[in-house]
This record gives sequence, C-alpha cells and structure tokens, in this order.
Amino acid sequence: MKFLPSSSEERVQCFRILDEDGYPISSNMMEHMSKELALKVYRGMVTLNTMDKFLYEAQRQGRLSFSLTSFGEEAINLASAAALSIDDIVLAQYREPGVLLWRGFALQEFANQCFGNNIGHGKGRQMPIHYGSKKLNYVTISSPLATQLPQAVGMAYSLKLDKKDACVVAFFGDGTTSEGDFHAALNFAAVMDAPVVFICRNNGWAISTQVTEQFRSDGVVVKGQAYGISSIRVDGNDALAIYNVVCSAREMAVNEQRPILIEAMTYRVSHHSTSDDSTKYRSKDVIEYWKTMHSPITRLRNWVERKGWWSDKEEFELRIQTMKQVKNAIDEAEKEEMPLLREMFTDVYDDLPSNLMEQETLVRETIQRHPEDFPKDMPL
Amino acid sequence: MDNSQFIQFPPGSAKFKRSMRYVPRDPGEDLDMEDSEHSLPPEGEFHLFGERHPMSLTRFVVACEGGVEDSDAEHGSVVVVTGVAFVVMAEHQIRTLDGERAPNNFEDEIKLGAVDRTFVSLSVGFEGLGVKEEKMWGILRQKVGGASGLSSQGLGNHMLRLRPVTSAMRSYSSATKEMTVRDALNSALDEEMAADPNVFVMGEEVGEYQGAYKITKGLLDKYGPERVVDTPITEAGFAGIGVGSAYHGLKPVIEFMTFNFSMQAIDHVINSAAKSNYMSAGQINVPIVFRGPNGPAAGVGAQHSQCYGAWYGSVPGLKVLVPYSSEDARGLLKAAIRDPDPVVFLENELLYGESFPVSAEVLDSSFCLPIGKAKIEREGKDVTITAFSKMVGYALKAAEILEKDGINAEVINLRSIRPLDRATINASVRKTNRLVTVEEGFPQHGIGAEICASVVEDSFGYLDAPVERIAGADVPTPYAANLERMAFPQIEDIVRAAKRACYRSAPMAASAS
Repeated sequence: MKFLPSSSEERVQCFRILDEDGYPISSNMMEHMSKELALKVYRGMVTLNTMDKFLYEAQRQGRLSFSLTSFGEEAINLASAAALSIDDIVLAQYREPGVLLWRGFALQEFANQCFGNNIGHGKGRQMPIHYGSKKLNYVTISSPLATQLPQAVGMAYSLKLDKKDACVVAFFGDGTTSEGDFHAALNFAAVMDAPVVFICRNNGWAISTQVTEQFRSDGVVVKGQAYGISSIRVDGNDALAIYNVVCSAREMAVNEQRPILIEAMTYRVSHHSTSDDSTKYRSKDVIEYWKTMHSPITRLRNWVERKGWWSDKEEFELRIQTMKQVKNAIDEAEKEEMPLLREMFTDVYDDLPSNLMEQETLVRETIQRHPEDFPKDMPL
Repeated sequence: MDNSQFIQFPPGSAKFKRSMRYVPRDPGEDLDMEDSEHSLPPEGEFHLFGERHPMSLTRFVVACEGGVEDSDAEHGSVVVVTGVAFVVMAEHQIRTLDGERAPNNFEDEIKLGAVDRTFVSLSVGFEGLGVKEEKMWGILRQKVGGASGLSSQGLGNHMLRLRPVTSAMRSYSSATKEMTVRDALNSALDEEMAADPNVFVMGEEVGEYQGAYKITKGLLDKYGPERVVDTPITEAGFAGIGVGSAYHGLKPVIEFMTFNFSMQAIDHVINSAAKSNYMSAGQINVPIVFRGPNGPAAGVGAQHSQCYGAWYGSVPGLKVLVPYSSEDARGLLKAAIRDPDPVVFLENELLYGESFPVSAEVLDSSFCLPIGKAKIEREGKDVTITAFSKMVGYALKAAEILEKDGINAEVINLRSIRPLDRATINASVRKTNRLVTVEEGFPQHGIGAEICASVVEDSFGYLDAPVERIAGADVPTPYAANLERMAFPQIEDIVRAAKRACYRSAPMAASAS
C-alpha cells in the first residue's frame, strides 16, 4: 500500500533562459528572439511601467476613482503577448494590460477608459482598468475572479468547431486558482480537448494573502497534472523564457488541440490596487528588494544592451517620450466630455426596450423641470 | 399559414398531393369507384404538417350547412366531401385542410359508416331525410354496385340524424393535434438546431441519457456530440463555458437540471451573461439561453422546489420567460434561442407531461411568440387573475369554479416575467377593477409584489379592492405531502382570493358587480 505523497521532495524546476543579470544561462541555448522583437518587447515593458505609474498617481491625486498596476510583471505582460497571434483570444484577469498594449490599444484609449469619458470604447460603463477590445481579441475585463476561465474554455470550444488556427489564452493570478471556476475550467478543458493556454501569474500575493496561505501544493504547476494537462513552470521575470514557453505552449494547444498550463513565477511589486497599502502586511524593504534586484525590465535591458541593440541614449529618449505621451493621453482624456445620458440606457439589451426609452424620457423631463437638482455640465 | 403541406381539393376535382390510406369497414369490400364524382384517396400514408399519420379512414363525416359532428370520428381522420377535405380534430371540430372552417353547429349527431358506405349512406340519408339539396354543403355522391344516382336505401345499419341549423357558426378552433410540453420543447430545440448550426445544447445528462427529463431526447443521435454536449458536474463550469462560447458567436442552450442548481452558477448568469453587453459597451453580446425546470415539483423538498422567477426577473440585461402550454413552450423557446440577449427560460417539471392542443401554425417551424407579451387565456370582466407556468392551469380551473358563483374572471398568462407586460395587466385591471396575482414562489419580493406595484403606479384610480397576492408559503418547502400541499397555492386559494377581491366571502346568486 503506497499513498502518493502530498508533494514531491523537490519543487518543480523553473525554466529560465537569462539569469538575474541578463546573461544567458547556457551559451548553447538558442535565444529565439530577433532584435526587432526584443526591442518591441522592451519598449512595451517600459511603456507599460510608465503608464501604470501615471495612472496610479492620477488616482492618488483624486482624478481617478481606482487604478491597478503591473509593476514587476511587465515581462509576463509583453513577452507572452509577443508569442501570440492577433487571432488568439485573450481573457485576462486585470493585471495584463500589456497584452492589450502590444496588440495596438493606444495610450489614449487606456486613459479614456479610466476616465470613463464619452469617446472611450467603454461608454463610461466600467470602472477603471477594465479594458476590452473586440477588434484586438481581448475580452473586456470582468471583476469576479476566475469567471474568465470556463469562459475561455467555451470560447476555445467555439474556435475548435470553427477549426481556426488560433487558441484562447487565459490569464489569472495565484489566488484565483482557489476559485471553483478554476477547477471546473481546467477539468473541462482537458475533457473537451479545448485549445486553451492557461497562464498563471504566481506573484506570491492575493491582496494580503501569501501563497503559503492560499494553497498547500507546490504552486500551481502541479495542479495541471491532476486534470490531465501538460504544465510548465517558468521564470516570469525572464522575458526570453516567457516568450519561448508561450510560443511552445501555443503550438501544442493549436496543433494538438489540448490545453496547456503555464505557471509564471514572479513577484507583485505593486500594491494590490489603489485600494491597498501593502506596507501594512509586508516590509518596504522586501518590496524595494524585488523592485530593484529582480526587475524584469532591467534584466532584459542588460541583455539587449550587451547585444549591442540598445544604449543609454535610447533609454533616455524612450523614457522621456513615453512619459510625455502618457501624460498627454491622461490630460486629454480628463478634458473629454462625459458620456451622454443616453448611454445609461443603451446596451442593456441588444435593442433598446420601451420601458428604458420611457425612463430616459422621464429623466430628461425631470432634468428640464428641476435643473437646480442636477450638475450644470452634464451632457445630454 | 403555409398551405403547401395541405391537400388541395378544389371543388370538382380531387388532386392529392400526398397519398392517403383508407381502411374499408369490411374486408373484401367492393368499392366501385368508377362512377363516382370524386375518386377516393389512393392508398398510402397521410401526411399532414410534416408528420406521418398512419391514418385509417374508417369514418367520414358529412358537412352540411347545419354543421357536422361525429363523436366517433378519430382524430386525424380525413374526410373528403365534394372535393373539400376536412380533418377531424379534437373536440369534435372540423376544419378544412385549406384552412376554411366547416360550420359545426348542429343538434343531431351524424353517425358514420365506412368510406364506401358513407358515400352511399350519406347521400341516401340526406335524400331520405328530405333535406333540400341546396342547403347541403358538400355531400359526396357515389354510386354503389353500378347503380347510378341516389337510392333511398342502402343505409344499412347506419343511422343518420341530422341536426337542423339553429345558430350561427361557432368561433373558429384551429386545434389540430395535441402535444405535450416535453415534445413541444424537444421539437423547438430540434428545429432551431436544424435551422442554425451555431445552436448547441449543453448540460448534465442531455446527451446519452436523452436529458434528465427527456427534453433533449433524440438530439444527440441527430446532431452528434459536438452539438449536444454532456458535461461534468459543474454548473459554474458549464454555465461559464456557455457564456464564453456565446462571446465567440455560438448560441448555447444551457440546461440546468433544475434552477435550484443554477445558484451554483448564478454569477455567470448575472455577472457574465446579463451584464456583458452593457459593460462592454455593446461589443460583447451573449445570445445564450439558460433553461430547465423551475419551482416545485412534487415531494422534492426545500432545495429542489424554489421558484427563481423573482431572482432573475430583477436583473436588467436578462430576459425571463415562463411558458405554460405547449404553444408557449414552442413559441417562447424558439424566440429565446433566436434572441441576441441572454434569456432565462423557466419551465416546470410537472407540466412536461401535460398535453395541450396545438394548431398548425404552432407546429410550423417558423412559429415564434413575441417576448414580453402576456396572453389573455380567458376573458372576463369581474376580476383579473395573473399567473404563470403551472399556476395558469390552476387559475383557469379557479375561473371555472368562480363562474358558477357568478364571478367572471379574466386569466392572464404572463408568459414573460422580464420584460413584464405591464400594459396588458393594467388594461385588464382597468377593465375589471380587481386583481389577484398568483405564483408559487416566496411572497416577499415576489412577482406579485412587482405586479401590484405596477398596477398601483399606473391604475390606482381603477382599483376597487386591494390587490390580492397568492404565493407560496414563506418557508423552505417541506417534504411531507400534507405540509407540501399547504406550502403552495391550491385552486381553492385562488377562488377565495378572487371572492375576497369581489367582496364576496360566501357564495351568492349571480349578480352584476
């Protein structure tokens, strides 16, 4: 009689290409990223980082109600996006706007959504950072955790029936793996042979809950096998490793029509969101340590500089340019008009139902009769 | 109405698009048709509305101006009378295959004989009874045994009693056959899946097992496992998967074994399905249908008996439908599947086996009912009773009882909880001035509460009595049969409530109220 142990003696190894200082670990290993791609990834990471900073500050200044940043997880954001095709459908959690950025969502569009103005794609419906773009195959962010996982399987099922050369990529955090939907999604994906790449950003924290309190298993990678899914653990702060792993995973998912699980190990340098002050439950030193000593941006920068593809001058220019663009986008977005009153009633259903039309008429009449009760600058 | 399936019989000719089979009353019957004006239908099977009727024409009826009735006619029997084919339907009513109604108001019954004899008998009978020919409408003439013309004999052992014309034509009933709610749902699913390859069914036991309640019977064999998906036991899982597939353009029909289990997936129904179109500013629509039995069955206890009409009915972004009859089931499910918005379709387990008459129009595959329109099942002038699902049947029975006490109740079958047909409800209350709402769900924050509020808001001045709400008891459903009976509205409860609304607690002689 032999019980399987609760965990193996050794933890599952992490796949890496670059070490902490950006040196390739094995000099024989192919690095699989062209100069053009590497620089695009790098620029994207810096842009994401800058955008996050400014939006966070805007919330602190009271100009936004809420914001959420991806500090320390820029490699996962951009390198994974670089490995996907535009036809791959992305269902993210909320800490992956870099994927949308990579696909072409403009800084202005990010800002418009956050400020909920009239020209944002979201018509002022969603709270900040709940981005989405049908055109760019990025499903609108939904707040409840893990709901995107079985939905990803459903979309993959639909893709499968269409026989498209595409897969679905679902992002989620370590905490999300505790939700029932995570279990249902992985189980179902395996049973249905759905082409889904599940990418878990194991950043160590779920607001104030550390992974040791979240689960007792060796992280998330070991859970894949329980459902019959091939899984891999990768260094989430190594852009090259992420890129390679996601490329392979995608190929397997599309060609073999089966799900793959990727656990990207990283660290949540950010507070959970602007509603959180993580210094309440972890030391400032720890945050600073991870921010400086294990920055994915620095790591990739070292590698591209050593390759002769990047220099301080370009770094300086990039930083200045990005800051200007982001700041400008935010300022512009703030100036824009708020959504029209009509947008409160549209899209509840496909067609505007008569009861909502009546309500809109009543609201307009009330505003006309009692203008003193309503803000002067409300766009009608 | 699509007539192409009907057998066309222009008067004076007999063109049969499809073949019919008839069975002579006696074997070896000599049917001499040579001299007949109209040939008998050739042998075969009778096709009507796309379905085969292995029909035996053992009986015929005569149509005349006075009307036709035959209590022995079998449903589906076809009668050919002067080239106009009639179909004998339920309730002894006759309808022509080309849609025209045969007058059927008469006093005496007309017994039928076998085809051949009937031809003879009828014509003879009529002659014998001395009814003027010009008053006859559609009499078959046929010679028998070479004799020409009509003979006053040959009635054989058939009695013909003709009812003279006394009153005007009764109102048209187009019921052709009966259909259970289960078959109605099954046929609706089948037709919609055939019409649109994006429609697929998903749920527990829907495939191999043919459906926990056999609603999806036969679909797996017909459409294969890609379109009829058996799922592991995870409502959250398959509801989420359904929503995801709808995001990408499929049209899932998700079955919950009972809506009580939908609570395990309710986040997907509400936060993912209902709100997505709005939150994504119209970029993501979710053409999904969540269906399954709702409310109490019989002896299934608290966790299997709750009605979710009020819960889902309160969520903007959802449409919530509550069919009662087979016509409702077919029309509303088709509408739900075709609708681009998420629909919660609340069925009732005890209604699955109940049969309702369905007209040809209902059976047509393009049939569809509008979402958001209630149906007035029974017109009345004294009190309005609103109900949905199984309670419609109870309300109708209550209305019959009330009729005996001189209370003329109007019964409204809501058909749709969201959108709620406030216009119909209010118009009815403005007519009757009294309202009784009936539902099986819990009373607090129930459907009746919303209807009452709507009527108070829009038709306050028309109310002559406080609104009566009949609902399930405010307890988790008990299992013991006697307690369960007390926990849900019974017909008598509806009757007493209507009387209270009419200020009549004791039966009285009929009087205008």
